[in-house]
Amino acid sequence: MSLATTKTSKIDRLAELTAKKETSSGASLWREAFRRLRGSKMAIIGAVVIAAFVVVAIVGPWLAPYSPTAQTWRGEVLANQGEFVGARGENWFGLDHLGRDMFSRMLVGARQTLLVGVVSMLIGLVLGALVGAVSGAAATLGGRAGQRLDDVVMRVTDIMLALPSLLLAVSIAAVLGQSLTTVMIAVGVVQIPIFARLLRGSMLAQGGKDYVLAARSLGIRKRRIVLTQIMPNSLSPVIVQATLSLATAIIEAAALSYLGLGNPDPAIPEWGVMLSQAQRFFDNAPMMSMYPAVAIIITALGFTLLGEAMREALDPKLRG
Amino acid sequence: MSLLELDGVKVHFPVKKGILFDRTVGHVYAVDGISLSVEAGQTYGLVGESGCGKTTLGRAVLRLVDVTDGRVVLDGTDVAQLPEKEMRSFRRRLQMVFQDPLGSLNPRQNIESILSEGMAAHGIGGNREERREKIKEILAKVGLPGNALSRYPHEFSGGQRQRIGIARALVLEPDLIICDEPVSALDVSIQAQVVNLLEELQKSMGLTYLVIAHDLAVVRHISDVIGVMYLGSLVEEAPSDALYEEPRHPYTRALMSAVPVPDPEVEDRRERILLLGDLPSPANPPAGCRFHTRCPWKQDTRCATERPELRDLGGGHRVACHFAAEIASGEITRTSGEVVPAAHEGSGGSGGSEASGAPRASGASGGGAAKGSSSGERASEAPAGT
Ligand SMILES: Nc1ncnc2c1ncn2[C@@H]1O[C@H](COP(=O)(O)OP(=O)(O)OP(=O)(O)O)[C@@H](O)[C@H]1O
Ligand code: SF4
Ligand SMILES: [Mg+2]
Repeated sequence: MSLATTKTSKIDRLAELTAKKETSSGASLWREAFRRLRGSKMAIIGAVVIAAFVVVAIVGPWLAPYSPTAQTWRGEVLANQGEFVGARGENWFGLDHLGRDMFSRMLVGARQTLLVGVVSMLIGLVLGALVGAVSGAAATLGGRAGQRLDDVVMRVTDIMLALPSLLLAVSIAAVLGQSLTTVMIAVGVVQIPIFARLLRGSMLAQGGKDYVLAARSLGIRKRRIVLTQIMPNSLSPVIVQATLSLATAIIEAAALSYLGLGNPDPAIPEWGVMLSQAQRFFDNAPMMSMYPAVAIIITALGFTLLGEAMREALDPKLRG
Repeated sequence: MSLLELDGVKVHFPVKKGILFDRTVGHVYAVDGISLSVEAGQTYGLVGESGCGKTTLGRAVLRLVDVTDGRVVLDGTDVAQLPEKEMRSFRRRLQMVFQDPLGSLNPRQNIESILSEGMAAHGIGGNREERREKIKEILAKVGLPGNALSRYPHEFSGGQRQRIGIARALVLEPDLIICDEPVSALDVSIQAQVVNLLEELQKSMGLTYLVIAHDLAVVRHISDVIGVMYLGSLVEEAPSDALYEEPRHPYTRALMSAVPVPDPEVEDRRERILLLGDLPSPANPPAGCRFHTRCPWKQDTRCATERPELRDLGGGHRVACHFAAEIASGEITRTSGEVVPAAHEGSGGSGGSEASGAPRASGASGGGAAKGSSSGERASEAPAGT
């Protein structure tokens, strides 16, 4: 009797102690990750670069001092004879081979470039995540039939992954014909197996955790376990990958444009197309290539920095 | 009738190999024919070395793994036979406390969500408010503050997390709780608290436990009956005190010899039986008596060919050894194995790990030296060295 009372009072005391130690309400993992992200230099630099890029992409057309398509200074550029106009007070980045203002073209071109990056990333993300989620759910909780389905799906993604991405993109572009949409689809499709593999692997890892067993032993439905337990815990690598693949998408789209599979109307500026056209005149006007090339690299770097910082912030092992 | 009855339960995991198409190339006999019963209101302790199939047996009872053969009967219902849908609602009566407290809690769910989910699935406590009241009540019972509700698992200490795990099992008011090494991941100082809590909850709520551990000390403290597992089967089962006073199976004797005795005089005379050889793989268990490859009392007849059944030697003391009676009476003496005075081992610096127990200690009989000849060497060197 007395033993029982002392034990209960011990437990009460324990409750008191813990209550005193922490009065704040709980901080979810997402919120904590965000807090850590704010403290990371890498994340801040990446975010600033991305923000600048996005702002330019949105308001670029209004910032541009001249029309990006008007060949206003046509007479001053003689591309055939290797005569170009470099940076000057009137045209900060000089003129291109048709006498158009490079600075204006860069500002306006940001939008197309962002569009290509975001749309192709989204194609890869949405379709890839869909495939990965089905495969992952089937493999973890679908029993024997589910495992077979997962096997088949993964073999297909293996094959897709085995092909060099640029080759795959070129073949798709060859089938679909030359257009900006083609570039976006080609670059996006290449990303599908990457996202699918990633999400599935992550779900499989989570599916083996004890908390999933615990949920099953509580009698929670499998569909609910997948949606409320496994999925939320499997998403962070996918989010990181999405950021990183914006960078690769922009570069790959540029590569496809460079190969001449991009927008058939070169009047509409896009960094990748601009780079590909400038290549022809690299010997006489190297700066014409440098502007879009450097812009693409810096933007890709911004997304990569943020992605890497997010990877660190979301890694539960590094949780302080 | 017992609350839980296991009858010849087997869980065999297929081993698959293949490049494109997986073929089954063998089986891991994780649990290979276990029969036991757990009485309502009591605690059944299950001990055994790592890898002997304890966790798998626990999961088989909850049907978290498929039972290959045998029956798992809870209160008259064969769990292994229930259709999926009925099983889901039946789960309410069977709950589990996991070994790794952090891993068993979803890091993205707060405590209220973790604890209310099961209630919602079984329609306990009509609305959110009622559930919250009930959760607060349970939290108080396990010694957690009410403001824990909105916090997340990573904000708690190991001991607190395990209390959350216990609370999650309790909210469903189950008949049977399976505790899979409930304290082995916790600091030694916290272990006693959690074990006490489990005991206290049992008294106040009339719970039935199946406690799995590799630590004899933990199990002895709270168990009414103890079963000793070796390679997927039970080798001995007896009421707790009887098992400690007179272990009858050679394997149990070896385990017990590793447990320090409180009485200093007895402790001075305590001898450790060192087992030779490695623990065989459950994918390829020895024929006959599973223990015959390491048994210090192994006989030339029967041991290697005939698998011993659990036999009742009186007083509920069941032993799976052909020669248990002869060994007890001294008719048969050890044919192999080494014995070291335990005191010397203690001074050898392994005292710390020994204090905490048990089957681990038997593995530690060669603390890394369980390998045939080397443990033999050590066995003969140890006394000379000190
Ligand atoms: N899903 C599985 N597939 C194949 N083999 C498995 C599976 N789960 C467990 N095993 C094997 O079954 C055997 C028993 O494992 P189990 O986890 O039940 O042992 P245990 O007694 O709980 O050990 P520990 O003390 O390490 O927790 C081990 O050899 C293990 O490798
Ligand atoms: S049956 Fe033989 S090998 Fe097995 S425990 Fe008994 S004596 Fe040892
Ligand atoms: Mg285990």
